Amino acid sequence: MNNLFNILIQPFSYDFMLRGLAASVIVGVVCAVVGVYVVLRGMAFFGDALAHAVLPGVALGYLLSGGSRNTLFWWALGAAVLVALAVGRISKHAEIREDTAIGILFASMFALGIALISTVRSYSVDLSHFLFGNVLGVSTRDLILTSVFGGVVLLTIFLFYKEFLVLSFDPVLAATLRLPSGLLNNILFVLMALTVSVAMQTVGVSLMVAMLVTPAATASLLTRRLWQGMAVSAAIGAFSAVTGLYLSYYFNIVSGSAIVLTATAIFLLVFLFQPHRGVVWKKR
Amino acid sequence: MYPHIHHQPDQPILDVQHLSVNYEGRGALENITFHLHAGERVAVVGPNGAGKSTLFKVVAGVLPPTSGEVKISGYSPRGHICIAYVPQRSQVDWRFPASVADVVMMGRIGQVGFFRWPRRADWDTVHAALEAVDMNSMANRQIGELSGGQQQRTFLARALAQEAELVLMDEPLNGLDTPSQEALLSLLDKLRQQKITVMVATHDLGQAASRFDRVMLLNHQLVRFGSPQDVLTSENLLRAYGGHAQLIQEADGTTTLADSCCDGEEEHE
Repeated sequence: MNNLFNILIQPFSYDFMLRGLAASVIVGVVCAVVGVYVVLRGMAFFGDALAHAVLPGVALGYLLSGGSRNTLFWWALGAAVLVALAVGRISKHAEIREDTAIGILFASMFALGIALISTVRSYSVDLSHFLFGNVLGVSTRDLILTSVFGGVVLLTIFLFYKEFLVLSFDPVLAATLRLPSGLLNNILFVLMALTVSVAMQTVGVSLMVAMLVTPAATASLLTRRLWQGMAVSAAIGAFSAVTGLYLSYYFNIVSGSAIVLTATAIFLLVFLFQPHRGVVWKKR
Repeated sequence: MYPHIHHQPDQPILDVQHLSVNYEGRGALENITFHLHAGERVAVVGPNGAGKSTLFKVVAGVLPPTSGEVKISGYSPRGHICIAYVPQRSQVDWRFPASVADVVMMGRIGQVGFFRWPRRADWDTVHAALEAVDMNSMANRQIGELSGGQQQRTFLARALAQEAELVLMDEPLNGLDTPSQEALLSLLDKLRQQKITVMVATHDLGQAASRFDRVMLLNHQLVRFGSPQDVLTSENLLRAYGGHAQLIQEADGTTTLADSCCDGEEEHE
């Protein structure tokens, strides 16, 4: 018993682990809640693209600040908001299919980011942190930014809950109720951009889409109301973050991957063992 | 923050003047002119792809007209939240995580307003709307668990909760069994007492003739609009449906129509 207690408590005797834990849990929750919309509206590819398209912004900040990490969050945020709104515009005036447009933009932005970073000598460690996250490098300042912007995202979703609900379920109803659909869609895009910037340090751009989609997809198998889905998704996101960090500590695995693999394991368990593919749940 | 224009009582609930719509490069509607009075029930009949959905969306203020104008009680539809559009069932994501009551409450968010949560009075309205369509016992069901008729009644309840004065229903009878169709049609009868105007797109000429005040025959242009006897003649139907129509003269003198056109275009269950 005492032994188990030690196993659970020991990693967090280090301050950097504690900060990493706090940041991962916040990111896990925020990604999972935003992810419910991503799953409902079929925006997984958009989320993935958005995460990757942040890289050139981060790279530019990295070059201009001479390798300092302090301003990177703002560069990531700026790039993400810009890309999110640009893609929103592209999909409106579509000469080519939306997913094609996103594919072109996403790969080229990612390539540009890598090109910029690779001009710095000995870039590979920093690049891998951008791609896969670096939980152990979370500073107190990072943690504050993560909390503030994570809080902004959750609060906005709370405030526009019913409008986002209508917009996601029935855009024509949103139009007949004269909701400002364009504005609300842009708010949702900006929320995704904030989420991506907040999550970059913890899970990195490459694994971000898993944090957005996997807990929400798991929750969608278990729930039948939007708010329930958000609550369950958030719980899975937080649990994956904590469990992932332990796995990372004891098995020496990159933390981002450990968190994502935990979330995936939960998804598989639910997918396989949920009571009778909905029958039992639906009977209630 | 939600607009709601007061109606001019002497104006028709819906007044459409010289309406034309080009949709994705094609002329979907050409020079449509008609008006409706409050409480009327109108069946809109025409082949698939005739522009029925387009007409409804322009009337609802969701699509802009290319030329001409639409007025709801004297004003442009964009100021109103009293127009309800009930989509075809095939257009709805029935796996969406929402209960019957959630969907009906969606119709009320215009009245609730931004940054507010539904109050007791709003929930009372929702339950009254569900009661009116005999769906209160299903309020907590997920919408995917409903039968087709129950799904249509849920959306009708949403229109009631929205306090709609003009309800546009896109092929609501499609794929329903006869008792469900009958239940829905008698609900529409009840709406007449509340002066709610209803436009229903349908393929069933028999129901159009027997259950509606007026029939609109549409094929990009307004072929004919008037009482069922005047509109549903063989000559008019052939004009609307062209060579695709097969008119069958029944022994009792009624005419039924087999629409062989464009079966794959819309999803029928």
